[in-house]
Amino acid sequence: MPDRVRAAYRRRAPGEPRALGYLYIAPALVVFVAMVIVPLGQSVWYSLFSWDGLSVATWVGADNYTALFSDPTLRGPFLHALVLLIFYSLLPITLGLLLAAAMSRVRVRGLTFFRTVLFLPQVLAMVVVAVTWRWIYAPSGLLDEGLRAVGLGGLARSWLGSFSLALPAVGVAGTWVGFGLCMVLFLAGVQTIPRERYEAARLDGAGPWQEFRAVTLPALRPQIAVAATLTIVAGLRNFDLIYLTTAGGPGNSTAVPAYEVYHRAFEIGQVGSAAAVGIGLTVLIFALTVVVSRLVEGGR
Amino acid sequence: MISSRLDRTLTYAVLVLFVVIALVPILQIVSTAFSSNEHAQPGLLLPDGLHWHNFVDAWQRGHFGSYLRSSVIVTVVVVVAAALLSTMAAYAFGTMRFPGVSVLFYLFLLGLTVPEEALVIPLYYDFRGLGLTDTYWALILPQTAQSVAFGTYWMRTYFSRSSREITEAARIDGAGTWSILWRVLVPSGRPAITTLVVITFMWTWNEFLLALVMVSSNDRRTVPLGLAFFQGQHSSDVALLAAGAVLVALPVVLVYLVFQRRFIEGMLSGAVKE
Repeated sequence: MPDRVRAAYRRRAPGEPRALGYLYIAPALVVFVAMVIVPLGQSVWYSLFSWDGLSVATWVGADNYTALFSDPTLRGPFLHALVLLIFYSLLPITLGLLLAAAMSRVRVRGLTFFRTVLFLPQVLAMVVVAVTWRWIYAPSGLLDEGLRAVGLGGLARSWLGSFSLALPAVGVAGTWVGFGLCMVLFLAGVQTIPRERYEAARLDGAGPWQEFRAVTLPALRPQIAVAATLTIVAGLRNFDLIYLTTAGGPGNSTAVPAYEVYHRAFEIGQVGSAAAVGIGLTVLIFALTVVVSRLVEGGR
Repeated sequence: MISSRLDRTLTYAVLVLFVVIALVPILQIVSTAFSSNEHAQPGLLLPDGLHWHNFVDAWQRGHFGSYLRSSVIVTVVVVVAAALLSTMAAYAFGTMRFPGVSVLFYLFLLGLTVPEEALVIPLYYDFRGLGLTDTYWALILPQTAQSVAFGTYWMRTYFSRSSREITEAARIDGAGTWSILWRVLVPSGRPAITTLVVITFMWTWNEFLLALVMVSSNDRRTVPLGLAFFQGQHSSDVALLAAGAVLVALPVVLVYLVFQRRFIEGMLSGAVKE
């Protein structure tokens, strides 16, 4: 390489600081700051006021935040969201692990087909999922007909209209959306575990359960963390499904923070309180994401 | 080996069971969409023929033709804008070093976790102040920003892994950063860009809350909002509702079937933390 070229090359070496970078980032940064960072700050600002969206706002300080803990109509939605995480996150992960455990002993043919179908609910618009599950829970819908077919017709009821059952009913729809994602993640993970580990475990006389605990589960740790993060974030953000199946009802029995933000800001004119719920939800999502990643790192 | 044959049978039985669980709710919509309205009802039943006119009815009477037009406009603009902006930003983050580079990158990462619910209220009042609610801008700009957060994160991984040798060879040949990006890195990064495009497409196409808040007139409604509206208006018109649901889902499902691996790869990447 001639010295002249080498000098030119060194002057523009890849690691060298270059102000040019700002130019490449600028367009994305402008849109991102204007549409995400600024509104996030405004939300915090709104949350410090009592405002009906029309008249003059009054400063209330942290009152909207203390109400998140003291007001039952605000505490309720956060508790419902945590209950729903059992259905949105814990159940899909458990089902996924079940499948992974079954599959760890066998090489499966047609994996692409199974993966494609199991993941399919993930790509459907929530509006479509909501229509589907409203029908399943409708009088004479799939669930009631199924119960009658096996002689349990007495259990048929208005599922989404029940104070005690509407929340789990919506939760099961969320499980349906999420289980394929977890399965696909764990299937991919389990296929990469070296066969020798299973053979070694079997030589040591391990049964399916010990094999799962000693080999499959530890190896799937990273995948479990990813699945937990994805399903928790998606579950807490989920507005569409609640709004379109129960609209928080009956009563407030299925209200969640994501729904409460919309309901308060755009339906009953409590904008400040709605903003506080939105910020509270953001904090909850961040906190749970950190907890999940700590749990995984802590185990390593 | 008896136990291995038992394992095999059991595994396939479990797999098939879950396949059935995944498909039955979808099949009930598809079969209803082809039924006559007298025959159609919630539940799983064979359609009484192939009543394609349900789709024509949904298209015309249900305004799905107009909803689809709005969705296509919004989605195309968001996908193209987000791909361009995030490719450029990720190129800088992945290959250049300058003061503040990591702070700025973490700012974008923040956008991956902030829920839309924390943004939608100020966005509504900001756009209303500008007289832009009920326009496509109110749907395009916020969604572009949210996709840029993911896109920058996603593409940065590709750029920081891209081969130094090729870039340096191009640089010695006298290529500037701009032509290295578009002539060298973008063509060879087609798989990563495809993932970005299909994921952004799906998110934008399926978006509901923003459209619900921003849009009030019928001819600005996107398909998910249109379907929700239709469900509220004609909940007894089961066959038409099902046909509408198929029209909402079909574009994404078709793209998903073609780019299945890219979809899954992209959607599973959202949780990766640096």
